[in-house]
Amino acid sequence: MTDQTLSASRLNIRNLPVWLWSFLGALLVWVLSFTIAGQGAEGMLVAALSFSVFTVMVGLGQMFVITLGPGNVDLSIPATIGLASAVAMKVMDGQNGLILWGLLAALVCGILIGGFNYLLIRLLRIPPIVATLSSSFIIQSVGISYGRGLQIKPPAALSDFTFSRFLGVPVLAIATIALSIVASVVLHRTIYGRTVLATGQNMRAARFAGLSVERTRLLTYVLSGALAALCGALLAGFSGGSSLSMGREYLLSSIAVVVLGGTSVAGGRANVPGLWGGALFLFMISTLLNTAGFGSGLRDVFTGVIIVAAIAITGTRQPLR
Amino acid sequence: MTTQAVHSGRAQNLASSSRQRLLRGALPAVSLVIVLAAIWYFNPRAISYFGLNLMLNLAIPVALATIAQMCVMATNELDLSIGAFVGFVACVTATYMPQEPLLAVLMLGGGVLVYMLAAVVIHLRNVPSIVVTLGLSFFWAGLAVLIRPIPGGAAPGFLRDLMSFQPPLIPMPVLLAVLIAGTVHLILMRSSYGAVLRGVGGNARAVHRAGWSILKAKVAMFALASVFGILAGMTLVGVSSSADANMATGYTLLSIAGAVIGGAEFVGGRISPIGAVIGALVLQLASSALNFFQVPFLPGGRIPQEWQVGAQGMFLILILAARVLISKAEK
Repeated sequence: MTDQTLSASRLNIRNLPVWLWSFLGALLVWVLSFTIAGQGAEGMLVAALSFSVFTVMVGLGQMFVITLGPGNVDLSIPATIGLASAVAMKVMDGQNGLILWGLLAALVCGILIGGFNYLLIRLLRIPPIVATLSSSFIIQSVGISYGRGLQIKPPAALSDFTFSRFLGVPVLAIATIALSIVASVVLHRTIYGRTVLATGQNMRAARFAGLSVERTRLLTYVLSGALAALCGALLAGFSGGSSLSMGREYLLSSIAVVVLGGTSVAGGRANVPGLWGGALFLFMISTLLNTAGFGSGLRDVFTGVIIVAAIAITGTRQPLR
Repeated sequence: MTTQAVHSGRAQNLASSSRQRLLRGALPAVSLVIVLAAIWYFNPRAISYFGLNLMLNLAIPVALATIAQMCVMATNELDLSIGAFVGFVACVTATYMPQEPLLAVLMLGGGVLVYMLAAVVIHLRNVPSIVVTLGLSFFWAGLAVLIRPIPGGAAPGFLRDLMSFQPPLIPMPVLLAVLIAGTVHLILMRSSYGAVLRGVGGNARAVHRAGWSILKAKVAMFALASVFGILAGMTLVGVSSSADANMATGYTLLSIAGAVIGGAEFVGGRISPIGAVIGALVLQLASSALNFFQVPFLPGGRIPQEWQVGAQGMFLILILAARVLISKAEK
């Protein structure tokens, strides 16, 4: 009762779409940073787009997982990025002709990891947090022993592709926007996507309604693994080679963009455009701290505080578990 | 179903659940024995005063971090910042404690306050602890880098003495582990407010109805967690006698794994301090044990160093699988 009246009185602000806030935040920080720097507004925007691509890519997978409901989160994303990038670089072997095979190998690797994660969740009936955590331990070890001494440069064509622009906009960003649109359609218009939402709202009800909840969960973890792997392969092309720690920052950012973008952490409600807002916001923050001349320590301190503050302000008002 | 059937069913459930609880409670201890037996099989000399001292050298900081994680888990939350926090504490301890102990104590006290504040934010704003603590992990890591841009510092005398103390017969790490497990068990499992604290994870509504403040209980649990995090960081400096901002990043995952092996659940406030300490010891031993195992088909007959992390993951999975088997067998 009181909740209803409360939300009614808040309706005027809440009428705005949730994802708008993350974009407004990004815009604000962007304006602030190029005012401080006194130049480079366009450069910042292009850089933000190029870097957000990777965050959004893993964010999409994480969003589907989180939407599955309380406790669902994929902690194996950083390890997957590290391993898949090493696999991709090894298969491509620096040759342009092998790029597609390398991407394919990375995807297979991601799909296998996703399947393994689901297997652990299903067979051991453990919370996805522990399942993906323990598999990330194993993936890390596989990555270290597989990628030992691995210093293969990415094929020139792959690097060129990750840096190419169309009318000034990074091609990769355009592709990822297209990917986001597809993801949005999948989420809201297909049986699979609807099942993800229904499962997140009430898993038992979804099951009783005859939806194939288990298949959907499997597909979702596979999707998350595949997207992380794709991100790893492209990231290796973008940054001139693979490294195992490459995925490290994506643990926080994949979850943060999902939450900042207005997806419910309690599951059952997802928001694709918000991912972009969240990713741009995160990048703009680090740019702002850079232009303000902060060292890496202070930058981390402020990033942490700003993320916590932003999340506390957005507040989900729904129980996590 | 008739009422009688319900009653007898409930009685059966109770009996089987208590047996199950016993089995599950024994699981950490059993795995400890198995790991010790395996080490003994491959290298009997390792199971000695000095061998255990060496192998369990780093187990005490890990055990303390695991207890910290367990405190947070008892309130149905998760602390993904504990590793970075332990690193921060280590940097403060190694940098300021020898010369300016007051400043160091103030900074560590500030750490406790931040933890309490985090609990307030998580509870009042109803935001996921995973995200808040992930954000805080940046905060701690950043502070640690500011305090110690390059590795170094020195352990305060009392910590070095404590960690290198050699009591007769029982190795120091074993003694400390027993002490930690016993103390936390008394605080959380035997005291009346401990029951309230755990109740927050078990049935928050019931605790609330009984007139206890959930917010206060959560803040208390987070404060307790930070205290154990501080102890973890200080003992870590005592062992390694210098600090580095990234020295404890692995502790986040280790502490969760240790608590889970020790029988903690993510929901329901079900925790076990003794189990958690054993879990930490098991993980530590399992990774040292890898150095002893002889595998004929591998080059050099040894398991490579890089598989240490993987072994911990597999260990976690094995123990969880054993847990599932136990509850299946009981049905």
